[in-house]
Amino acid sequence: MPYTAKIKVTLRQSILDVQGKAVEHALKNLGYGTVESARIGKYIEVTINEESRDTAERIGREISEKLLSNPVMENYSLELEKVN
Amino acid sequence: MSDVTVGVVVFPGSNCDHDTEHAVASFSGVKPVMLWHNDHDLQGAKAIILPGGFSYGDYLRSGAIARFSPIMKEVIEFARKGYPVLGICNGFQILLESGLLEGALSRNRDKKFLCCRTTIKPVNCSTIFTSRYAPDNVLNIPIAHGEGNYFAPPEVLESLEEHEQIAFRYCDASGNVTPEANPNGSLLNIAGIVNPQGNVLGLMPHPERASEKQLGSDDGRALFDSLFTHISGM
Repeated sequence: MPYTAKIKVTLRQSILDVQGKAVEHALKNLGYGTVESARIGKYIEVTINEESRDTAERIGREISEKLLSNPVMENYSLELEKVN
Repeated sequence: MSDVTVGVVVFPGSNCDHDTEHAVASFSGVKPVMLWHNDHDLQGAKAIILPGGFSYGDYLRSGAIARFSPIMKEVIEFARKGYPVLGICNGFQILLESGLLEGALSRNRDKKFLCCRTTIKPVNCSTIFTSRYAPDNVLNIPIAHGEGNYFAPPEVLESLEEHEQIAFRYCDASGNVTPEANPNGSLLNIAGIVNPQGNVLGLMPHPERASEKQLGSDDGRALFDSLFTHISGM
């Protein structure tokens, strides 16, 4: 049974997020005065056809580190969900 | 003596490949050869250029997918053997993604895509890419990028400085490296760096767009001249 790896990639805090800044300003301009900040990342769903949860997780982490995120400026988090 | 071959890699979405080919072809003794990203053959090239553009539409991150193009396996081996590899703009992004150079390029500080003239200065004139420049030169070379904001952790920046790996810095018209002369927010005003061995250069400005007077500047010409002099003597 395959697994869906739900991967979130976010910019490290030390990196200026100019997209997030632009959205933050737009929200403030819309009158949402309590909006303090916005940061933008990426959400990626990858279906992995593996029987073993451990193998699916290993592959999910491997692809996140190899291609889906750039460790120099990004962090990632991974959630695995069994596809029924 | 037959011409020395210089390979220009064509990725889907490259758009400075023919400008680069044109610039290379304008030198005597060298001959450009276009290398398709899906091939594995460097066709006897003595130097490889990764041109500017938007390889794979910049999907995911600039350069991230191109870095895994079939030909990059050979390009990385070629670089590791000490042969010259030059990455311009998107080519610089691909070199960083491939780990041949250290650091990353994030979005420009002021959110804008910048297509304009910049002035840069060579910092280290003893590399194979900069030997025809002098340290007091101020070069008029354009940039065209949305993600050229050079970032690296402090220890990498220190190491780049210590090993004289910073090849070019953004400067003002008098050659002063100032925050105002920094178009995109790059740390230390970095416009281009080399690897510790000095055979791989990545830079955001486009020397091929400043390689003849009628383009408004030929200040980029000495970069190619430095490289081609080096490979002709190899």
